[in-house]
Amino acid sequence: MRNILGFASGLVFGIGLVVSGMANPAKVLNFLDLAGAWDPSLGFVMGGALVVTYLGYRLVWRRKTPVLAEGFDLPSSRRTDRPLVIGAALFGIGWGIGGFCPGPAWTALALLAPGTLIFLPMMLFGLWLGAQAKGLPGLNSKGNP
Amino acid sequence: MNPAIATEFTPFASLGGGALIGLSAVMVMALFGKVAGISGITNGVLGAVVPMASAPRDRNWRVAFILGLIAAPLAYRLFGGTVEQTVSGNLVGMGLAGFLIGLGTGLGSGCTSGHGVCGLARLSRRSLVAVLIFMASGIATVFVLRHVGGV
Repeated sequence: MRNILGFASGLVFGIGLVVSGMANPAKVLNFLDLAGAWDPSLGFVMGGALVVTYLGYRLVWRRKTPVLAEGFDLPSSRRTDRPLVIGAALFGIGWGIGGFCPGPAWTALALLAPGTLIFLPMMLFGLWLGAQAKGLPGLNSKGNP
Repeated sequence: MNPAIATEFTPFASLGGGALIGLSAVMVMALFGKVAGISGITNGVLGAVVPMASAPRDRNWRVAFILGLIAAPLAYRLFGGTVEQTVSGNLVGMGLAGFLIGLGTGLGSGCTSGHGVCGLARLSRRSLVAVLIFMASGIATVFVLRHVGGV
């Protein structure tokens, strides 16, 4: 049951990406291209997603526990620290080069474009490296001026 | 490396597709009590294959979620939809992009979905900072590649 519902959630997310046009890197890049043929669609995707998520979360949080888990497990970190800032900046550069972020990259896999087949393994390698590096002492703002 | 291909502004399809993404985020919260960040979910899947710092233990639903993402365009086609997708053929650029996106979301603990949708819906200040930074850095990157370098 958990697996079927997990699959269904991913399917709904992926259909949303396809319908909204966000599975197409060209559309994402044109959103970021303010000085070119600007396509504001991505702003509408974020808007639609945010309204539903904001309201839906508040309905769901009236429950004591989720349907299939013991409790709600929300990110607890509050600090705007160095890994967050550096990570977001690097992510933006990659996003601006490729027009993919992780969700659309997965939905592109089955269409087998050569660019996707290079992108995904490199993304997984980067993700692994980033997760390992996050805890490095040099990256934490503690002890720095 | 990004020849500008004009794309049509699709306010209604984008709003509707965005609402579906929101519905999925609400499903993941209601069912599993988690934020639906794709980089975080991918982290969980990756943790099943290679040793990883801070990978979540509960992997099965995450693997199923990613399979659902992969199946989505195929299901959409099966029901008569067309999937438009123009992926750059510059393999060096795409490899670099993939690496930076993986590294950045790994370090920054989230991507467009985790920070941009779930984080903002939770009114997280960390997520707002992340979204502003990756939007600005994405816009600057596209500006340089398309309008400065003339690559």
